[in-house]
Amino acid sequence: MANKRAVRNRSPRLLDRPGIWFNHHLQSIIATLGRLMDTPLPTGMTIAVIGISLSLPASLYVMTENLRTMAGGWDQSAAVSLFLKLETSDKDAEKVAARLRAWPEISQVHLIKRDQALAEFRALGGFEEALEQLKSNPLPVVLAIYPNHFNASPENLERLRIRLLNLPESDFARMDTLWLKRFQAILDLVQSASMLLGGLLGLGVLLIVGNTIRLEILNRRIEIEIMELVGATHAFIRRPFLYTGAWYGLLGGLTAWLLVSIAVLLLQRPVSRLATLYRSEFDLSGLGLSATGVILGGSILLGLIGSWVAVNRHLETSELS
Amino acid sequence: MIRFEHVFKRYPERGEALSDIGFEMSPGEMVFLTGHSGAGKSTLLRLIGLLERPSRGKIFVNGRNLASMPRRQIPFHRRQVGMIFQDHRLLPDRSVFDNVALPLVVMGLGHKEIGRRVRAALDQVGLLKRERATPVALSGGEQQRVGIARAVVARPPVLLADEPTGNLDPDLSREIFVLFERFHYVGVTLLIATHDLNLVSSMRHRTITLDEGRVVDDSGDW
Repeated sequence: MANKRAVRNRSPRLLDRPGIWFNHHLQSIIATLGRLMDTPLPTGMTIAVIGISLSLPASLYVMTENLRTMAGGWDQSAAVSLFLKLETSDKDAEKVAARLRAWPEISQVHLIKRDQALAEFRALGGFEEALEQLKSNPLPVVLAIYPNHFNASPENLERLRIRLLNLPESDFARMDTLWLKRFQAILDLVQSASMLLGGLLGLGVLLIVGNTIRLEILNRRIEIEIMELVGATHAFIRRPFLYTGAWYGLLGGLTAWLLVSIAVLLLQRPVSRLATLYRSEFDLSGLGLSATGVILGGSILLGLIGSWVAVNRHLETSELS
Repeated sequence: MIRFEHVFKRYPERGEALSDIGFEMSPGEMVFLTGHSGAGKSTLLRLIGLLERPSRGKIFVNGRNLASMPRRQIPFHRRQVGMIFQDHRLLPDRSVFDNVALPLVVMGLGHKEIGRRVRAALDQVGLLKRERATPVALSGGEQQRVGIARAVVARPPVLLADEPTGNLDPDLSREIFVLFERFHYVGVTLLIATHDLNLVSSMRHRTITLDEGRVVDDSGDW
C-alpha cells in the first residue's frame, strides 16, 4: 500500500517537472518583487542606501576613466624636441627630417629652421636686446617629432628619444615625460583607491542586504517553520529570499547607475565649456556598457550573497533542521 | 510501520523526557498516546517527525532508521509523515486553500494537480465551501479541520496528531476523532496524543500510556 502511494505521489511530479520548476521560479521572482512593492518606503530606503553606496566607487571610476582619455589626448600631442648640432644646415636638416618620417614610430616631423626659431624667440619678447648683441644665430635647427599614437606610452617615448639622440646630427633631445608619468601614477593611485573603496562599500551593501533579509526572515519565522514541518527543503525556503536579495541588488545597482548618469549629464556642459577654453574637443563620457554590466552584475551578486548568508544562518540555527 | 527501540531523550535543562521507550505499530494501526501533560507525549511525536533527534536508541519509520538519516533527507521524511498540532499552525494571512496546498507546493506539484488534491482533502474534512476564507474567519473546530486537511493532502502513510482536540468541546472533539477513524479505515497509520480519556475509552483502539517519560501501559490491539 505504501508503495502504491509512493508511486502515485511521484508520477505527476516527474512528468511535468521542468515546466513546473520554471513556473515556480518565475512565480517566485514575480512574487518577491510584489512583496517588495507592498512596502515601498522601507524597500525604497534600502535600495537608496545600496544605490548611493555603489554610486561612490562608480563615479570615481567614471572620473578616472575620463581623466585617462584626456591624458591620452595629451599623449598624442607630446612631442620630442630634437635639437640638431649647431653646424647642421637647414638643408641637411631637411634630409634628417625626411629620414625620420620613414620611421614607423613617428607620425609627423615638423622642421623649425634656424631663422624661424630666431624670429619666434624674438616674438616672445624681452630677448631682443640680448639677441642684438650676438653676431650669429645661436639657435640650432629643431625637429619637433610627433610620435605615432600607438607608441605614445612614456616608456616608448623614452626609447624613441634615446634612438633620436644616437643620430650623428643630433645634439640634444628633450622629452618631458616626467609630468605625464606622474599624472598617470596619480590616476593609477586614484583607481586603486576607488577599487578599495568599492570593495569596502560592496561589503557594506552585503551587510545591508543581509540585515534586511534577516529582518524579513524574523517577520516570516512562523511561515518558515511551518514550511519546514510540511517537508520543504532548505533550497525551497531559501529561494524567495535569494530572489529578494537579487532584486535589492538589481534595483540598487540601477539606482547607482542612474545617479552616476545624472551626475555626468549635469557636468557635461561645464566640462565641454572648459574643454573649449583649452581648444580641446573633450567630451565627458558616462558609464560604458561593460562598466554598467559590472555594476549591475556585481550588485546582484552582492544581494544574492548577503541573503544567502542570512537565510543559511537562520536555517543552521533552526531547531527543526 | 513505526518502531521504537530503547529510545531516550534527554534535555540539558529539563532532564530526561523519555527513557527506554520501546513499542511497535503495524501499518494501518490507529493508536492513542495518553498520559499527563509533561509525560513525554509531544516529545515522542516530535521524534517521529524528526523535529528532534533522540539522545539514544533507534526509531524506525517505514523501515528506515531515523538516527542514520542525513539532514538533507529530513524534508522528504516529513512528507511521509503528516502532522497535526493543537494550535493548528496555520498561516493566518493565507486562504484555507493556500494553507492546505502548502505541502504540495513544497513538493513541486503542478497547478492542476494541487487544485484537485486540495479540494479532495477539503471535501474529506467538510470544508470545501470555505476554501477562500482565511483561518481567522473560521471557528476553532474548522481551523483544526484545515490543519487535518493539510496533514493528509499529500497522502502520507503516517499521521501524527498532538492534542488535536485540546481546545475543542466534546462534540467537536468526537467529530475530529471520527474523521481520524476514517483515515484509519483507508489504511493510514495514526498515532494520536491526547488526554481526553473519555473519548479514548469510547473508541476502542490500542492505547499507550506514558508517565514521566516511560511506557507504563500498552493496552495492546483491541
